[in-house]
Amino acid sequence: MSEGSIFDEMWGQDQALRDPYSEFQTWFEEQDPKRLRVKQREADELFRLTGITFNVYGRQEAEERLIPFDIVPRIISAREWLKLSKGIEQRVRAINAFLGDIYGRQEIIKAGRIPVEMIARNEAFLPQMIGVKPAGGVYTHIVGIDLVRTADNEFYVLEDNARTPSGVSYMLENRETMLQMFPELFARTSVQPVSNYPSDLRRSLGACAPDATDGPPTVAVLTPGIYNSAYFEHAFLADQMGAELVEGHDLRVVDGRVAMRTTRGFQPIDVLYRRVDDDFLDPLNFNPDSQLGVPGIMDVYRAGGITIANAPGTGVADDKAVYSYMPEIVEFYTGERPILENVPTWRCSEPESLAYVLDNLADLVVKEVHGSGGYGMLIGPTATKKDIAEFRKKLQSRPGNYIAQPTLSLSTVPIFTNKGLAPRHVDLRPFVLVSPEGINITPGGLTRVALQKGSLVVNSSQGGGTKDTWVLED
Amino acid sequence: MLGKTANGLYWMFRYLERAENTSRLIETGLRMSITRSGATEWGSVMQTAGVLSGYTAHYGEEVVQEQAINWMLRDKENPSSVLSAISEARQNARMVRTALTHDVWEAINACFMNAKDLMGRKVSERDLPGVLKSVRQRTALVRGATHGTMMRNDVYDFARIGTFLERGDNTARILDVKYYVLLPSVFAVGSTIDNVQWDSILQSVSAKGGYRMVYGSQPNARDIAHFLVLDKRMPRSLNFCVSKIRDNLGYLASDYDTRMPVHDLADKLAQRLSMHDIDEIFDFGLHEYIQTVLTALGELGGQIEQDYRFYV
Repeated sequence: MSEGSIFDEMWGQDQALRDPYSEFQTWFEEQDPKRLRVKQREADELFRLTGITFNVYGRQEAEERLIPFDIVPRIISAREWLKLSKGIEQRVRAINAFLGDIYGRQEIIKAGRIPVEMIARNEAFLPQMIGVKPAGGVYTHIVGIDLVRTADNEFYVLEDNARTPSGVSYMLENRETMLQMFPELFARTSVQPVSNYPSDLRRSLGACAPDATDGPPTVAVLTPGIYNSAYFEHAFLADQMGAELVEGHDLRVVDGRVAMRTTRGFQPIDVLYRRVDDDFLDPLNFNPDSQLGVPGIMDVYRAGGITIANAPGTGVADDKAVYSYMPEIVEFYTGERPILENVPTWRCSEPESLAYVLDNLADLVVKEVHGSGGYGMLIGPTATKKDIAEFRKKLQSRPGNYIAQPTLSLSTVPIFTNKGLAPRHVDLRPFVLVSPEGINITPGGLTRVALQKGSLVVNSSQGGGTKDTWVLED
Repeated sequence: MLGKTANGLYWMFRYLERAENTSRLIETGLRMSITRSGATEWGSVMQTAGVLSGYTAHYGEEVVQEQAINWMLRDKENPSSVLSAISEARQNARMVRTALTHDVWEAINACFMNAKDLMGRKVSERDLPGVLKSVRQRTALVRGATHGTMMRNDVYDFARIGTFLERGDNTARILDVKYYVLLPSVFAVGSTIDNVQWDSILQSVSAKGGYRMVYGSQPNARDIAHFLVLDKRMPRSLNFCVSKIRDNLGYLASDYDTRMPVHDLADKLAQRLSMHDIDEIFDFGLHEYIQTVLTALGELGGQIEQDYRFYV
């Protein structure tokens, strides 16, 4: 892919400053690069002091690392955001309807719009959820939709995160850091605030409280514990919502309710925002070895004694094979054309697709159906011949485990380097809250940026960084 | 509040206090080692800090100054070394982060990062005083932020109870190890050796100035014992620590509207410390008296864990 075909969100395709960045550019020109370098270091110090760290998996000693933060904001115009948010809302509505259907009458399968194996052979499908009616009809209380941009008017959904999307604390802390470091920049630009997210989250979860609730709903955040990679975020959200941060061993089923052990005895919880995977949620109903969950919580859930957010079994809507059917899913449940594009996807379970993928490995991105975090994937254009040969074997032995997509020419946004601004590839994860009161999308989201020149891997576990994401006021 | 949170707060502040106490004891040991040829003193210093048995298990019976300092200051194998205690305090703070103000979290996190920077490698004797001073300043910042920004509710109560249990325990252990130099001597005036010992006791509770102000510049065993055991003006005396524990348990009782078994234990201990004067304690036997206080503090800690559901 040639350099010229890459869309830069600041400079467009032809080095003409784009509107959303005009105010920023004026400000930037006025700055002394030396001062900015100091600011960049200050930002790192601020993050370290606040403890905004993540633990790296696969290391003996749980090491705390900072996710690199870049001080150049990623800026989206109000008009661009309006279109995006409409598309996101449509998609999230469809995902919830799909989940209600899959765990209900399965109309979409009866209508032949998606094959039954998509569900029946899906590891994330939970038979325990069949016939369960979650409070308010909400399955995915919190969703993160991963978007990439390829041109001025071209956005694609890369992934739907319908299980327990993470990263929202970075959205909030990145903004907080920018506000502290560059107040003057915000004084001259009207940026839509993101700071309402925690209170919106609290209200949204409260609105999904089960019938058993007595008085104002008690909300708690369930974390696997301080060694989890996202522990900081769990503590942060609990703190910001004024909710308790609990672990499995703080909880127990008491009188048909899930209750937490307090200094004054056991107190029932109404809504549990869990950041623990389905499999670990309940050793009696799922993985019996789990120390992270609550024995019997599924039985309380099915009896309407607690709301679990997100509902168990939502993963069936966001694996990469089901992803390839999202255009059909959106049309089936909303009766509308999808506003946001899907990336064209070859399902390697289908023989013709597999043949095509095997012939074109060097040009494609191949991903595991259930993978995440950028692990276990092949990026054809940057892979070595040896990588490709090895991957070919894996693919041939378990084709159903993989999907393939063309390499998209991801947009770039400048980062601040020692040599001034330099373009780097980015993606975007806006955060969506769903409750019976409606769908709430925080204007902005988490922009992840690949810090290496030319790299397309933005995952924090693989050296990516983050940026503050601005949606401008109209 | 979650039982786990109460537990975390209690231990966060116990460990913070422990880090400070141990650093003070190292300072005392260092001072004694330059005023007299005192390899034997490091043994008693470690005994006071409650880390001697760990040391001998690790290095053998012979006490070497450099090893002793390293063991007390930064050895990861020693859970009560200054560095371990600060790491533990910070780990507990992470666990209870939602109960802490931003200021307190930042202070303890900065305290930890500073400790890791300073004590990540072996500390030379030349740098030691600076490192110890820095530890005490950082822990003071955490305490200051706690005092200045935390709500006066059960969160604060558990933090205070942890602080004073650890502190009382520390003072009691200093007295337990050093009681013999405080026994009434046949000589009216202490010998030079006694003076050094008395000085070191006062130094290990940061109270040389306070003592001078209240009792004059000629230390004597009786006054020192009174000062450390009974004087309620002295913030590290047993009587002071126990009365603070009792106060904070009292706030919990009124806040929760329930008295627990631990309240009776605290009352009993407080009574024991206010009933007698120092001469009666000497008559009873200073060492025996200190032993009963140490046991009572241990029981108190165990009862708090139970009554406020720290673990189950």
